[in-house]
Amino acid sequence: MVVGVALAVLLVLSVTFAITIGPANITPVDVWLSVLHHLGLGPTPLSLLRDGIVWQLRLPRVLTAAAVGAGLAVSGAVMQALTRNPLADPYLLGLSSGASLGAVAVLLLGITVLLPLAAFLGAMLALGLTLLLASSLGRITPSRTVLAGLAVSALASAITSLVIFWTATGDSYREILSWLLGSLAGAQWPEVTIAFAAIVIAGVPIMFSGRILDAFAFGDTSAAALGINVQGTRWSLLAATALLTGAMVSVSGSIGFVGLILPHAVRLLVGPRHRALLPLSAIVGAIFLIWADTAARSLFDPRELPVGIVTAIIGAPMFAFLLTRRRSVS
Amino acid sequence: MTVAATTTGGLDASRVDVRIDGTLIIDGVDCTVAPGTFSALIGPNGAGKSTLLRVIAAVEKPANGDIRFDEHDLFGLHRKQRARVVAFVEQDSSTDLALSVRDVVGLGRIPHQGMFSDASAKDSRVVQAALEDADVASLAGRDFTTLSGGERQRVLLARALAQQPRLLVLDEPSNHLDIAAQLAVLGLLRSLTHTGVTVLAALHDLNLASAYCDHVIVLRKGTVFAAGPTVEIITPQLVREVYGVRATVIEHPQTGRPLVAFGPLAG
Repeated sequence: MVVGVALAVLLVLSVTFAITIGPANITPVDVWLSVLHHLGLGPTPLSLLRDGIVWQLRLPRVLTAAAVGAGLAVSGAVMQALTRNPLADPYLLGLSSGASLGAVAVLLLGITVLLPLAAFLGAMLALGLTLLLASSLGRITPSRTVLAGLAVSALASAITSLVIFWTATGDSYREILSWLLGSLAGAQWPEVTIAFAAIVIAGVPIMFSGRILDAFAFGDTSAAALGINVQGTRWSLLAATALLTGAMVSVSGSIGFVGLILPHAVRLLVGPRHRALLPLSAIVGAIFLIWADTAARSLFDPRELPVGIVTAIIGAPMFAFLLTRRRSVS
Repeated sequence: MTVAATTTGGLDASRVDVRIDGTLIIDGVDCTVAPGTFSALIGPNGAGKSTLLRVIAAVEKPANGDIRFDEHDLFGLHRKQRARVVAFVEQDSSTDLALSVRDVVGLGRIPHQGMFSDASAKDSRVVQAALEDADVASLAGRDFTTLSGGERQRVLLARALAQQPRLLVLDEPSNHLDIAAQLAVLGLLRSLTHTGVTVLAALHDLNLASAYCDHVIVLRKGTVFAAGPTVEIITPQLVREVYGVRATVIEHPQTGRPLVAFGPLAG
């Protein structure tokens, strides 16, 4: 509880201070003045330009980063619990590569407006294929689902590469690349809306599944013996994570390692019980991606890195560290 | 083939068929376990013991047949209600999560808790009692994944006790345990029957079954080969017919229970 409150405060501070970083000397007070003004509480003493920087540029980007980080971390925690696989991440069931394929197809056709929709449809199509393939192998088990996801991912990636190879020209390469690597550079209010809608629709119900996920600790039979509807729970939670991940990928591209690493980090902090793990993963995921994205846009200013590169540079060594800690376990 | 056909209550499984991928694994099994007794399910590898237990513990539906306990159709009960009547301890159950022993035992309270309510004072009391009954209270703060096999088995038993079941079903609870741990686990199961819990456990070791169980159900090739009081069932003929092994059954010098001395494989 103490940890939760502390992290929530840290999240609010992170949002505030991340917005101040960058050219134009915005102060934390400016941030709140602008926010309060737009919420209809008090006049703005900020110049139009500075208000625009806060409200039109940085706030939507930081909020999108927070929502995407929260969504991916929670999805990762749920996937790891449902598949009982500590290496599971939200992209496990082909979601990421399906979304990429959808997005790349739209980018190359030049209809950028539809990008989130195409990415989302691509993710859902890949998920559908994965489940279809898994069920054709017999009874759907976590390992069959994961293997089917690998197959679908490989296929979608191959088609994506093929499409890029045949049709991309100089300019679109850069745009595609930044999308494939994950980037929040294009995040504006519509992206904020999509990401937060997904959090409300899929993320909030997931928060109430903590005890049910605990029951999966010893596998399906144990969960069933504890009175859990194993199949119903698994599919509704998988659907919720797919929706959540699909929405996040559609606004940010595929940002790796957030969903894989952060649940592990939070487990080190508060233990593996999901009633604490899920909300704290959300908060820590949000904080992490806010700062990763702030680093991505400011470290090499005026050049901007895709945030996926930052999360990978931080995430891969963290992953290695967690592996060495797990040595005693198995 | 019933152990105590006249008893009301207890476990009563009738005409149970189980198919796995189309193959009939359990074929028309009838078995009963009288309330407050400890029965062993024995039989060679592949006889269908685990499959039958999964159905009796109601974690898997049979293709046909009824599983009744204390006159309730187990599959007619709501899942949660069922999990307050019957608890199941699987064979080789494990987790990757670094849950504390107390957390693991606390999972047994899930069937008693609402979706939003926190663990109540009663839950903590029941968990503490289960830890003590299974003799693992001293391990309460340990990480489950660091325990020995015998300790894990007792913790999983404590988890089942935290469900406060009236029927306890266990698949090979003494598997992989050293002799002291085997005796501790079976002694605990025996003592549970004094509190009215009905216990059914698959056992490989005929001598453990003989020493601790009131009744024995012998499964062979998916059907009940024999069932009845332990002393009547554990005989040289049965061991030879079911396992294809010559054996002598003598009286245990200390307890008077049957003691099986195995000879060579039957020719």
